[in-house]
Amino acid sequence: MSNKVSVVVISGDREQLQMAAMLASVAAVSGSEVTIFLSMNAMRYFQKGDASLAPAEGEVGVLLQNKNAPDFRELFQSAVELGDAKVYPCSMALDILNIPVSDLVDYVAEPLGLTKFLDMASDSQVWSF
Amino acid sequence: MNDRKIVDAKNTFCPGPLMELIASMKQAEVGDELEVLSTDEGSANDIPEWIKKVGHQVLDSFDENGVWHVIVRKEK
Repeated sequence: MSNKVSVVVISGDREQLQMAAMLASVAAVSGSEVTIFLSMNAMRYFQKGDASLAPAEGEVGVLLQNKNAPDFRELFQSAVELGDAKVYPCSMALDILNIPVSDLVDYVAEPLGLTKFLDMASDSQVWSF
Repeated sequence: MNDRKIVDAKNTFCPGPLMELIASMKQAEVGDELEVLSTDEGSANDIPEWIKKVGHQVLDSFDENGVWHVIVRKEK
């Protein structure tokens, strides 16, 4: 059983971002080496100072907000700070959105392309959200 | 050192209580005991699983008026 976990996060929906963050953070603090790849509509939520709420897809997304579930950005940060996780932004998504790396939250690592990510993920469990 | 540190993680949801416990565990010394309080039953079930998986020891786990208490000793 692989002890490496890769998480691809592309959705901008609150539930998807939350589930990805929960899985990544728990894996990271349980001894797995976790690689998180951010792209597409997920990218905006990792800009510094962007406290905007990701829109809820349904009932649970609304309840996450009302019931004080941990913020997904904080969970990704916990994954990096408390466990062995790295968060890589997709270089293509940064280009398309015209976001400089310096605009991203501090716990994000250097931008990555797909060739490198595929290589890193080749011997891991892969989850996508 | 036997002072038991209380980690009050009431009123947040999975995996918030686990993350708060782990943050405190990082600062604790081997042999220290920590007691995490959670109002989230899912966390009360998941935290002992985590403790066993990473090799610490669950000393006790109980529900008191809707607040779950999990007591752990840092083993490494």
